[in-house]
Amino acid sequence: MKNKYSIFSLIKNALSNHENWQRAWRDPQPKKEYDVIIIGGGGHGLATAYYLAKKHNIKNIAVLEKGWIGGGNTGRNTTIIRSNYLWDASAGLYDHALKIWEGLSQELNYNVMFSQRGVMNLAHNLQDVRDLKRRTHANRLNGIDAVYLNTEEVKKFCPIINTSPDIRYPVLGGTLQKRAGTARHDAVAWGYARGADEMGVDIIQNCEVKGIKRNGDTIDGLDTTKGFIKAKKIGVVAAGHSSVLANMAGLRLPLESKPLQALVSEPVKPIIDTVVMSNAVHAYVSQSDKGELVIGAGTDDYVSYSQKGSHDIVEGTLSAILELYPIFSRMRMLRQWGGIVDICPDASPIISKTTVKGLYFNCGWGTGGFKATPGSGDLFAHTIANDEPHKLNAAFNLNRFVSGDLVDEHGAAAVAH
Amino acid sequence: MFLINCPFCGEREQSEFKAGGEAHIVRPKQPTELSDDEWAEYLFMRKNIKGVQFERWNHVHGCRKWFNVVRDTSNDQIKAVYKMGEKPPN
Repeated sequence: MKNKYSIFSLIKNALSNHENWQRAWRDPQPKKEYDVIIIGGGGHGLATAYYLAKKHNIKNIAVLEKGWIGGGNTGRNTTIIRSNYLWDASAGLYDHALKIWEGLSQELNYNVMFSQRGVMNLAHNLQDVRDLKRRTHANRLNGIDAVYLNTEEVKKFCPIINTSPDIRYPVLGGTLQKRAGTARHDAVAWGYARGADEMGVDIIQNCEVKGIKRNGDTIDGLDTTKGFIKAKKIGVVAAGHSSVLANMAGLRLPLESKPLQALVSEPVKPIIDTVVMSNAVHAYVSQSDKGELVIGAGTDDYVSYSQKGSHDIVEGTLSAILELYPIFSRMRMLRQWGGIVDICPDASPIISKTTVKGLYFNCGWGTGGFKATPGSGDLFAHTIANDEPHKLNAAFNLNRFVSGDLVDEHGAAAVAH
Repeated sequence: MFLINCPFCGEREQSEFKAGGEAHIVRPKQPTELSDDEWAEYLFMRKNIKGVQFERWNHVHGCRKWFNVVRDTSNDQIKAVYKMGEKPPN
């Protein structure tokens, strides 16, 4: 049983110099067999394990992670959470996640620092204006809070934006979702890991999957760096490496893995209290609680697993940032990094059964998976436990690439790819 | 960031080029006879290899010609460059 985190536990542990905190999760060796194995110990994988144990009463679960939990894209994204997607299917999916975010810290007894500071998406040309207005209307029909702002309203909401009509791509307006915001990405992985571990889920780190064994059309188990592990069901949540794992099972996926970069500045006093995204010039920025500007760049257009991106992508993003926020011209950047994102042709994810019985994939989140972490875990757990998708993820099946029933979210994905 | 040896212009920075994705995907000869599964395979399914991959590039800010590249996607090292229509190296 885990001790509850509270103001009292904080005081108690402060008195013993914080040396006696209980371990947040165990470090178990793999058993010979599991009912469900989740491949990938990022936010989505850990959330899947958590909801499998909590809502579907499956107890014999393992999460295999080749590195350390939250060390992949969960720890590399720009932590933006929003649900202002265009199509009904996406609105249902992302707003389901947003509703879970709103109570997540209480549910997990772990402060994920969810902050509904609002997300603004800027329009820089007439087509942007039309697209964003259309998206705002679609959002409101789906019960998602979204408003369209004109240039003056944009300036009022975020005064440091340069709204001069003389800049190369002037700000013509924007949308605002006030329920949107940010969260602390590491805390999401750690909170779900702690919650899952408490319900008996084995979180096995430094355990890389080397092969997926099939018995004809049924799943058998996994060859890993810690030996063979049998499994009745396997859920793959491996982000950029999804195609590599699909290949092990003899499947093909409609994915391309590309580097996506982000960077943070030196910490400064509070200067921007919201998230501003700009698809047309490709720059988005927010400020972390530590005071760093968190800046998201775009994807490279070539397939790469190197977790490095091209310098010109960063240069393009920073020149756009400087045009929009001249106040940042003297800021210095502290760190820059890349993550490998798995991009679907329609910029929507796949949460789906496969042609192999007992093998499920949750992938294709591309450049925007973090925001969906709780909803993705919840719906993937439902899909695995019932061998049927939930109605909220039914549209996000693999078969849509055969039927042609795509969910085209290139406009709402906000990162051009 | 890496350099690409354009077969027409010589070595240039990667930012001068546009990646064209997986190479040697052959357009179906009889499109009308394709099943939905075969269309999905042609249009959407990709090898997305971690390791040595054959791909197309266009020197979009140079000669604007297309050619093929063999590249290790795990470290972005280019193994070979060859023109369209040439036999891929082993």
